[in-house]
Parts: sequence; structure tokens; C-alpha cells
Amino acid sequence: MTLFSRLLLVLLLGCAAIPTAGAADPPPAPAPLDQTPPASGDPAAVSVASAASAPVEPVSASGASPTPASVGTASAFVASAAPQAAALPAPPPDPSPFAAALPLLLDSKFPVKEQAVERLAASGDARVEGLFTALLAGELYQLKADGRLVIARGQEGDQAVREVLSDAPLSGIGTQELKKITLNNRMRGQLKTALARLDLSHADAGRRLAAVTSLMSDPGGANPDLLRARLTQEDAAEVRDALGLVLALLDLNSPDAQARLAALPRLRDALHPPVRTALTQLLERETDGQVKAAASRVLTHIEGRVHWYGQLETLFFGLSLGSVLVLAAIGLAITFGVMGVINMAHGELMMLGAYTTYVIQQLLPGHIGLSLFLAIPAAFVVAGLVGILIERGVIRFLYGRPLETLLATFGISLILQQLVRSIFSPLNRSVETPAWMSGSWQVNEVLSLTLNRLVIIGFCLLVFALLYLILNRTRLGLQVRAVSQNRAMARAMGVRSQWVDAMTFGLGSGIAGVAGVALSQLTNVGPNLGQSYIIDSFMVVVFGGVGNLWGTLVAGLGLGVANKLLEPWAGAVLAKILVLVFIILFIQKRPKGLFPQKGRAAT
Amino acid sequence: MRLSKLIKPALLATGLTAGLGLSAWAQAADTIKVGILHSLSGTMAISETTLKDTMLMLIAEQNKKGGLLGKQIEAVVVDPASNWPLFAEKARELLTKDKVAAVFGCWTSVSRKSVLPVFEELNGLLFYPVQYEGEESSKNVFYTGAAPNQQAIPAVDYLMDQGVQRWVLAGTDYVYPRTTNKILEAYLKGKGVAQEDILINYTPFGHSDWQSIVADIKKFGSAGKKTAVVSTINGDANVPFYKELGNQGVSAEDIPVVAFSVGEEELSGIDTKPLVGHLAAWNYFMSVDAPANAAFIEQWHEFTKNPKRVTNDPMEAHFIGFNLWVKAVEKAGTTDPDKVIDAMIGLETPNLTGGVAKMLPNHHITKPVLIGEIQGDGQFSVVWETEGLVPGDAWSDFLEGSRDIEADWVTLKCGNYNTKTKTCSGQNF
Repeated sequence: MTLFSRLLLVLLLGCAAIPTAGAADPPPAPAPLDQTPPASGDPAAVSVASAASAPVEPVSASGASPTPASVGTASAFVASAAPQAAALPAPPPDPSPFAAALPLLLDSKFPVKEQAVERLAASGDARVEGLFTALLAGELYQLKADGRLVIARGQEGDQAVREVLSDAPLSGIGTQELKKITLNNRMRGQLKTALARLDLSHADAGRRLAAVTSLMSDPGGANPDLLRARLTQEDAAEVRDALGLVLALLDLNSPDAQARLAALPRLRDALHPPVRTALTQLLERETDGQVKAAASRVLTHIEGRVHWYGQLETLFFGLSLGSVLVLAAIGLAITFGVMGVINMAHGELMMLGAYTTYVIQQLLPGHIGLSLFLAIPAAFVVAGLVGILIERGVIRFLYGRPLETLLATFGISLILQQLVRSIFSPLNRSVETPAWMSGSWQVNEVLSLTLNRLVIIGFCLLVFALLYLILNRTRLGLQVRAVSQNRAMARAMGVRSQWVDAMTFGLGSGIAGVAGVALSQLTNVGPNLGQSYIIDSFMVVVFGGVGNLWGTLVAGLGLGVANKLLEPWAGAVLAKILVLVFIILFIQKRPKGLFPQKGRAAT
Repeated sequence: MRLSKLIKPALLATGLTAGLGLSAWAQAADTIKVGILHSLSGTMAISETTLKDTMLMLIAEQNKKGGLLGKQIEAVVVDPASNWPLFAEKARELLTKDKVAAVFGCWTSVSRKSVLPVFEELNGLLFYPVQYEGEESSKNVFYTGAAPNQQAIPAVDYLMDQGVQRWVLAGTDYVYPRTTNKILEAYLKGKGVAQEDILINYTPFGHSDWQSIVADIKKFGSAGKKTAVVSTINGDANVPFYKELGNQGVSAEDIPVVAFSVGEEELSGIDTKPLVGHLAAWNYFMSVDAPANAAFIEQWHEFTKNPKRVTNDPMEAHFIGFNLWVKAVEKAGTTDPDKVIDAMIGLETPNLTGGVAKMLPNHHITKPVLIGEIQGDGQFSVVWETEGLVPGDAWSDFLEGSRDIEADWVTLKCGNYNTKTKTCSGQNF
């Protein structure tokens, strides 16, 4: 065939095929790179090719003997990645399907772009990986001048710009000359799947696992023979298991009832959501009674385990909510529990701690983790000093007059809130979370524990232990207990009760500040931060028993778990109400809380 | 001796302030007063302070252009402190004591409901700039934010188009989310969505522990059908919600969240990198590429002296509302509320996204509907928009009881005319 006749054929096919891509006005000459190519088929052909799992010739010449880390081989595992060019009598050597699909990305309509991504993924070109990674990261731009696609990395003014097609570096291109290629969620999904599939033979086992896992939700697109070939080469156990699952899922669609039956036991321990979906679907359409019974048994078994892990998750959520409650309440357990001061400004002391975290992070940009560690002592000092100031300035004149203390500290809380509003603006401040506190620890497919919550549970226990040691093992702790039990006697023994009062209040306030550091990682740092925790804090202290640290710990964790157990069926609002009602009833029965103080301390 | 030294400057200062006060008073006779009723303290300060600044900017700009009817405009700022009954008191104060020509204010629906009787009793003029649940049309209120058919319904249509089959309707527990979700539920069921494919969840204001709710959403979304969350979560509860979404790894490709109350301002408090791709439906985004928008952003940065301040949808609503009011006053030649209300209907003013906002007889305006995806820099990139403008519909067509009600202040002279019984109930509910 001559070059001319081949081009003619290509043009004709293109005219009929891609109305959306602007092919209504087909280029009369051999398409230059930046024009719509007619060659690589229409969207209908794409979907036909991916739907039919009939063996299509793989794009790379390496064929059925897969060699690791080759893009062409990787795409050969996936039938949908087969080239549409196979439908044509002779694929044009130039322009390549990659270059041909590229200009579609410039279209403003997302369906066209989605089609472009599909075709690019199918092209099996070595440049696809770089292109998709850049597109996903928002680093793909078009030059406003001539519409060429470029990848620009780095900061504004100091960008490394490379052309996509030729991979040639371009220089002297400003940000104004670039227009970003926008994405939508569907494209993001497509890109991630395509990238994951390129990873099927990646050197890193983690990447291979992710690739195989991504196949699970859509096993129909995989070629079983090539997956089996991959299975024999695979040395990482996890990846082998995952591959086995994908093959078992494929077998579920087999027309042979024995094959379906044989696949079921292999799925018994799989907690992956796609497995459950596949089993549910199988149960709906299955006609063979034996397979149906077996599938139902497997599904029940899996769902039982999922349910069990769900309970564990609820427990974790409860403990994590509880640890936040304990952190918020533990400072109050000192000021209210030990000293008997109703401090309505306790929440605002937490807010000060959170703002301290913010300020330190502003002072140390780029050191998020370090600034968080520094914020802990700093918040303790700031909130503690403010606490001492409040005690010396106001509260000491009001000892023994709880109502006046309540009103005065409520006033102080309003003053502190407005102070923060005036200094930092009423808008919430953003406190960054270090990387080691973001994301979650994936225990298995259905149970994952968020890292920030894990860290805070640990932090809460640490603070509790330290405070417990201070109160029971130090001189200050001894004096605090002495003054709170019998002020007159303690004074007679030479304890400077006023100094002890100030120190105790400072300690409680400082702990509140430390709690604020933890809260800054969970919730908004704003002037209202304290208000949302003050009620909960009092609730925990009263429920646990005034003057008892252990009571606070048990009450906080217990209320957290109770809240989370109620939440699924009562809703967040009703769960809170029920807990509150329960506490009111409990206090009626046992006015001194869970762990009342006994003996001389009680009087 | 020392005392007299102190007294002298003090006296001088008093004299000065008195003089200034006098001149201000003398000027006041020649000004048109505009009330600004936004919370500057309390929970809602986070959102409403920006709107107060926006109004001050718009008024200053108008004064630079020569004011209105040859007079300067004077802003009267009051602080209702996020306290709903205080809104009514402050509104009364503005209308009776300060005798303002118009009031721009309120954010939450509960505050609007609180001031509504005051404006109707004293025949005042209120411009309400926030997207809301509809089911209301008062003679004395102009709604420059979106009605449900200008935000919620198009957003759900977009998601359906994206193949979503299961729906989580999550909201804060008060009137706006509850009414919106009621409308959405009726709408979805009308489209053939089964009851078991809809999960409705309410949380209190300022909710911060989202662990179980996000886990529930994950579970609900892992049933094999494409799932989306429609969020009417309001205020700062959004920050921990989005943080939890990020931490639990709910990605926008799997379960997109479309929010109706999360704009650029709310996102400025969060690291948005894990949230890329989640959606918001508004009638304006800061990232919209239009000359009017660029000019507005520049003006805002200049006014706030902060090149990083973001703009958002309710700010645009105030921009539109203020310009419409100015036009109406110029057309009527007076600030008398009745004449301004009559002059207002049918007026047009350019919005910031390149279209035109027209005041309709039901006191709502025409708006484009945009769906944006959150970007890594806290901005939105528009992925979908309506063809042309959508007229605001005060009474939803999808709710029993509201379907037959119509608002028309020109021919019917009624905000809640029942087309079946042919009566005007005269009541907003």
C-alpha cells in the first residue's frame, strides 16, 4: 500500500469517527502533531476493544514473555490497553497514537479529555507514564501561544519546562504564558487506574500490589493468561495473594460451574470490598444451587469478619473521642476537682494553647514536626502563666464564693475570646499537621486507624501519667493535696497555701494549654475553640468523681466509647443528649461520681 | 502643676473630638445611611466579618464615584454577635434610631427568620446575600444568594450525570440543611433513587468528631454502587470533617463530596492537598476568569491591604445587591422603601462571572450555577456550569405543599400565593 492511499484511508475513517474532536473539518495534509489525528479510532471502537476480552495483539513486540519494568509489557496484561489500531488494516507509523490523542487534552469539554486519556492509556507509549503523572499532579500546561503541551515543575519563576512530545527542555517561559490542563474526578480515576496498571511489573512490590488491587474492582479488563504468567514470576507473597484473588474473581464469571465453585474457597479470607460486591452479584445471578450455597456461606463468613472489625473500629473511635475528653478535662480535674474552683475560662486556656501552636508554627516555617514538639512546653508556660494571673488577679478574692467565681471566670473567658479576635482576627487559623500524623494505618482492608488519633491517644496517656506522678510523687503534689484536704492544718504545718493555690491553678491551666496543642491537630483553631469543650470537660470531671484523676480517665474514656456506641443508631445529636441524660440520672443516684473520695479527704 | 499639665492636652483632645463630632453630625444630614447587620463576634464572625468589609468597600467605592442622588452614603455598622434575638433588636435599632435606607446583612437562616417580622413591621429593606433553603418571599427582603434550584438541584444533576447512584445527605442540624435535604430527598426519589440508597445524617453546630460518620460514609459507599456525599454542613465544622476525610483516605474519585456551604474562605483554614477533586456548588468562584472578577479581586486586595485575601460567593451577592439597590434608588429618585421595592423589579446589573443578574418579581435574582473542584491551592476549578442563567425559585417544585405556591410582587402582590386555592396566605413558613 502506498503512503498516500494509507493516509486517505486514515482520513476517511477519522471523518466518520470523531465528530467531537473537531474532525468535521479534517486536515487536508498529513496531520501535524498539534492537529486532530484521525488514525487511532473512535470512542466506540475503544469501548468495543476494552469490552471484548478476546485476545488482541499486544502493543509491544515483547509479546507474551513479560520482562519486568517495561511499559509495553505492563499494558499487555490488560486487555483494555490493547491498541485500537488492530481494527485497522495498517496502523500508520506516524503520527503515533500517542501524539495523535494528545491534542484532545486541550479541549475544554471533559468528555473529550476523558476520551483522550483513554486513548493515551491504550497507546502503550513510553511517554504515557510521565504525562499521566504530571497531569495528575497538576503540572501539565499548554503554551498559550501555540497550544503545545508542556510539563512545568517547580516554583513560580523557577520552573523547569519540558515539552511533552519531544521531551525537549524549553527555557524562558513565564507563568503567564502557560495555561493549566484541568482535570475532573473521572479523569483522575482513569489516570490513577492507568498508572497503577503500568506498575504491574514495577520493581517495587508495594507498587505492584497497588496495581493488582486496582484490578480487583474491574477484573473484567484483565487478561487471565498473562496474570497467571505474572503469578509464576511473582516473589512477594502479598502480591501473589492479591493476584490469586483477582484470578478467583475472574473465575467467578466463568461459564463452568465447577470453576466458580472452586474459586469460592480462595475468596474466603478476602476482606476487599470488590470481593463482597462480586459475591453479592454472583448470588443474584447464580443458577447452580451448589455454587449458590457455597457463595452464600463465604459471604456470611466474610461479613461476620467485617462486622467484627467494625466493632473494633467503633471501640477505637470511642477511645479516641474519650482521650480528647480526658485531655480537655484533666486540667479541670486539678482546678475544679482538687481546688474546687469553677473555672469557666478553662476552655479559653486550651484555646491559648492552640494559638501558641499556631504562633510557633509561624515562627518556624518548614519545621512542622519540630514546632509541634516545641509548642507543648510553650503552650504549658503560656497557659500556665495566664492561669496564675487569673488566680492572683481575680479568683483568690473569691474563694468560697462559687457563684461569683463562676461569673467572674465566665467574664474572663469572654475577654480572652475577644482578645484573640482582636489580635488574630475572628477567622480560624490553620495549623498544619506533620506528615507522620496524617493518613492512616491500614491494619487490613476494612480496618484502618487514623494516625493523628493514635498519636493523641498516646499523648493523652502520657499527660495523664505525668500529672499523676506530679501529684503523687513530688513535693508540690503533696502540698496541693494537703491544702485541698485541710487548708488550716496545712498552713499550720508551714505550707504557703496562697503560693500552692497559685501553683496548682497554674498547673491545671498549663495542662489545659497542652490539651490545646493536641486539639489544634484535630479541630479549628479559632476564638470559639474553648466553648465547645468546656461543657464536656465539666461533665467528665463530675461524672468521674471530683478530686480523682483516675475517675477523670475512666469517665472520659467511658463516655467516649458510650457516645460512639450510641452514635450509629441514634445519630450524633441524640447520642450526645442520651449521654447527658444518663449522667444526670447517674449523678442523682451517686452525687459524688464514679470514684468518690473516701475517708478524711471526702470531708 | 502636674495635673494641669495633663489636663491641658486632655481638654484640647476633648475639644477636637467634639469639633470632629459636630462636623460629622453636620455632614450626616446630607448622607444616605446604609445599615450593615453582620456578626463581628461569636460563631458566625468567621464568615460575616468579611461581608461587613465587603460592604464598606462597596460604599467607599460608590462615594468615590460621587455617592448616590448627590449625597454621600454612610455605613452604620452594628454587631449582632451571632445571637439570633439580638439580630432582631439591632435591626429595629437600625430602622428606627438610625433610619437607614437599606440594610445589608444576616448569614444564617435563623437570623433572617429572626429579623423578618421587624422588617415587615417597620417596612424596611433587607438584602440577604447567602444561599438558603427557599420557601420564603417577603416584600421587604431581596434574596441575592441562591435558592435551592440555583445550587442544590443542579449539583445533584451533575453528580447523577457522573454516574452516582447512592447518596449521603449530611448536614448541620438546623433549618437550612433540613429543608434542603427534604427537597433533595423528594427530588432524588422522583428520579427513581430507592430509599435504601439515601443516607441522611445530621450533626450539631461545631461538630468536631467525625470519625464514625466518615467511617459510615465509607461503608455506605463500598456497596458497589457509585456514591456521593451532598454536604450542607455549615460553619467551621467543615474543617475537622474534611481533615477526617483526608485522613481516612476518602478520595474524590471514589466518593466525591459536594458542599453547598464551603467556599474559598472556609478552605483558607485547611491544607487542601488531600481534598483535591471534592466539589462545591456556587454561583461564583474566585478563580472564574472574567474581567469584572479580576477587577473586583484587585479592588478587594487594595481595600484590605492583603494580597492573599480570598473572595467568595456571598461577597458577590452583596456586590450584586448593592449595585441593584443603587440603580433602584437612582431610578426611583428617592430612598423611600416602597418606591425602591417597585423600582427594583426587572433591574439588571452585571455579575462577576460575566453574566447579568436580574431582579425577578419574586425578589430572587438570576444566577449561573457553577460546580468547582477543590484544588491544591485552596481555590476551585470550574468543571461544569449551567448553560445561561437560572432564575431563582422561591418555592420548591419538589416539595408537597410548596409546589402550588408562587411568589410575585408585581402582578399578584403576594409572596406566597396558592395557585390551587387562589389565596394569599400572607405568611412565610
